[in-house]
Amino acid sequence: MAFIFLLIPIAYTIAFSFNDSRRTNIIWSGFTFENWFTVCEAQTVCQAFGNSVLIGVVATLLATTLGTMIALALVRYRFRFRNATTLLIFLPMTTPEVVLGAGLAAQFLQAGVPKGIGTIILAHTLFCLSFVVVTVRARVASLDPALEEAGRDLYGNPTQVFWRITFPMLLPGIVAAALLSFALSFDDFIITNFNRGADVTFPSYVYTAAARGIPAEANVIASAVFFLAIALVLIAQLTAAARRRQLAKAG
Amino acid sequence: MAFTAFSSSTAAVEPVARRKSPIALFLLLPGIFYLILFFVTPLISLIITSLQAPDPLLFGQYVNAFNWQNYVTVIETYGEQAVRSAGYAALATLFALLIGFPLAYFIGITLRPYPLLQSLALVLVIAPFFISFLLRTLAWKQIFSTEGPISGILSSIGILGPGEAITGTAFSVIFGLTYNFIPFMTLPIYATLVSLDLRLLEAGNDLYGSPATTFRTVTLPLSAAGVMSGTLLTFIPAAGDYINASREFLGSADTTMIGNVIETNFLVLQNFPAAAALSLLLMAFILVLVALYVKRSGTEELL
Repeated sequence: MAFIFLLIPIAYTIAFSFNDSRRTNIIWSGFTFENWFTVCEAQTVCQAFGNSVLIGVVATLLATTLGTMIALALVRYRFRFRNATTLLIFLPMTTPEVVLGAGLAAQFLQAGVPKGIGTIILAHTLFCLSFVVVTVRARVASLDPALEEAGRDLYGNPTQVFWRITFPMLLPGIVAAALLSFALSFDDFIITNFNRGADVTFPSYVYTAAARGIPAEANVIASAVFFLAIALVLIAQLTAAARRRQLAKAG
Repeated sequence: MAFTAFSSSTAAVEPVARRKSPIALFLLLPGIFYLILFFVTPLISLIITSLQAPDPLLFGQYVNAFNWQNYVTVIETYGEQAVRSAGYAALATLFALLIGFPLAYFIGITLRPYPLLQSLALVLVIAPFFISFLLRTLAWKQIFSTEGPISGILSSIGILGPGEAITGTAFSVIFGLTYNFIPFMTLPIYATLVSLDLRLLEAGNDLYGSPATTFRTVTLPLSAAGVMSGTLLTFIPAAGDYINASREFLGSADTTMIGNVIETNFLVLQNFPAAAALSLLLMAFILVLVALYVKRSGTEELL
């Protein structure tokens, strides 16, 4: 029951990407593939989508790099302001998005920074950062430091040890964190809305369009993203399952 | 362990940490600098803004001041919306728990002998994350709308009078909040249940505990951490949300929540001091809840 409940709006959104609608997309008026072929005819949709992807990629790169570095430092080193640092990373996650959005907007306003894609990227990096630290930190904590010691014993310099041993072992955690960041950034509306200026992202496009009925193109893009994401997750799950089975066989 | 959904159930084998090192500083500084620049200073900006007073010369402009009156004014003006936000968010959290807990239990314990089904079920729970939050909410709006399938049934059996709609009511807003935040509740609970030792449940059974007793004395205490972080993860975004309650989505003028008020004051009315004061009050309220949580589960397990 709960599963069906969770999936109803998804099915609805996908179904309406096939709706034969000319202007509004509220009432079902027949099945068509046309929307899927003419997605970018309503140019603003694809432009908004492009902006969202660009913002997601840059913010993810920034947040993943900074977050992984913090996660390594938190697990591997003891330093004076360790608890304060932990708190500083924890707080953005417990701050409501409206407050983060309004705070950044107030800051940009006072500093006279014009709002646009740049400020959206800065804002997204901020809220993704904490999630990256949490995700990667769990991975770092489960690593056996003996492996790195072995690398050092074999005369690997710190750079070699990091790139040949530490980094590959951290990679699954980093990839998970990056995917999470991208998803959070791509779907964010609230923080974006406070800091976007005149630039439009996919969610802000949908929000503006909501007043007059969503064009089917928005449903097409959302459905395409959904299928892609589900495919990625399923592939990841299946490879993980296959690897477990192989390990079980070998062990 | 707070936010167990994201840290998974890895029992942290903290390696012997090394002493101070310039590397630690090098790793930390950029990120910490970023957080100070884009999290701490914005909060200070908010505090400064919340104390501003209207410029006596230029209409619509504000000057820095110590105008504490702003706080009194917003509490008097928007107290109703603040109470409503807390109420809606609390109800949504409760409903999300009522749906999310059995769901997490089913995936984490019932499906445990079938790893493939378990992964699949987990994908279904996070599936809503992969489709736009706004479109999901709009889908519910259309399902609930007067042209939608549910209104017809409800008005034919007389629950809904002619011309009445489900959208725009407290019911639809709480419904939307519940729906949107169920995964946030389910995942942390799942994370605690998935690593729960099933032998403990068997033991409860062997000791003549009824299923209900075993659940109350074994399962529930062992999943308490997940329930706690799920509750926070649901309540915080729900209390600040302004999508579900906004008029273009599931709400109406009668369901305005604090998020809507902040948004309107900031982006539409450009009453920055009021928006800032409200934001800080909301944050203070959330921080009190988090502090209570930390007091219960300890700071070491914050992340």
